[in-house]
Amino acid sequence: MSRAEEEHAIVQRKSLGFWIYLMTDCLLFASLFATFAALRNNTFGGPSGADLFDMQFVLIETMVLLTSSFTIGMAVLGASRGYKKQALIWLIATFVLGAIFLAMELFEFHALVEEGNGWQRSAFLSSYFTLVATHGLHIAVGLLWIIVVTIRLWRFKFKHTDLHRLSLLGLFWHFLDIIWIFIFSFVYLIGGMS
Amino acid sequence: MRKPQLEHRHSPVPYISYVIGFVLSVIATLMAYWLVVADIFSGNQAVIIILSIAVVQLIVQLVFFLHIGRGSRWKLATFILAIIFVVMLVAGTIWIMNNLDYNMMNMSPDQMTEYMEHNEGI
Repeated sequence: MSRAEEEHAIVQRKSLGFWIYLMTDCLLFASLFATFAALRNNTFGGPSGADLFDMQFVLIETMVLLTSSFTIGMAVLGASRGYKKQALIWLIATFVLGAIFLAMELFEFHALVEEGNGWQRSAFLSSYFTLVATHGLHIAVGLLWIIVVTIRLWRFKFKHTDLHRLSLLGLFWHFLDIIWIFIFSFVYLIGGMS
Repeated sequence: MRKPQLEHRHSPVPYISYVIGFVLSVIATLMAYWLVVADIFSGNQAVIIILSIAVVQLIVQLVFFLHIGRGSRWKLATFILAIIFVVMLVAGTIWIMNNLDYNMMNMSPDQMTEYMEHNEGI
């Protein structure tokens, strides 16, 4: 094999390894979804989803995350075609949108806890906080990763290995958006129906 | 013969793929939201419709954002395996927990025995 082919094979292997990590992460979220599904009606006399969730707020949150999934795709495509400035701008846009999403989620959590509807209120709220906050934690890690990749791309002038890192970051971010679709549909829309 | 294959796999993802994926996802999200807020369907019907819209959006994003058909075949294989596990885990949990729900109700042991004899034929 030539050097280029060898490098290509290594990149392929690393991508597959990361993909398998994402699939195991899927199982983590599946078990949290299953827990939520089993406990969703156990409100222990406390408020249910229909009493708590502000649908409009969650819709905006969803749109913000969806847009950020689009912008990181643009960043990956731009970088792979060599449009450096464009890629950096898309990455920064993704970071801002991700940060807005996380801030909205923390604001929502804060409001719930303030009203005395924290995770200790009922089994329903425990499972709700565990599921949604695990997703939020992934987003926080993703934001850190965006900072690292952006600085590396800018500092090392779009080295080949950093481009590969960026494409893995893209996968991670799209994956988080897909998980959110199910949180939005299952927890908020179905859980919020009266 | 190896080289053209490599070239083929390198063919860049077009921008339009992301635009299509984004527009379809926005439409799916708004549709699901509208169905709930406008209270068009109720009960199980609504649950089934919202979950189907979510699955459609999952497929849209898998194709247009994650490009599931591209790259290694193992990607698809591990994905299918993961989906099988996820469905088993979630559907299995809901099935079993709903079936066992009578265990979690506030009943005295006598009432429980009566309930089980009456409803479950034990």
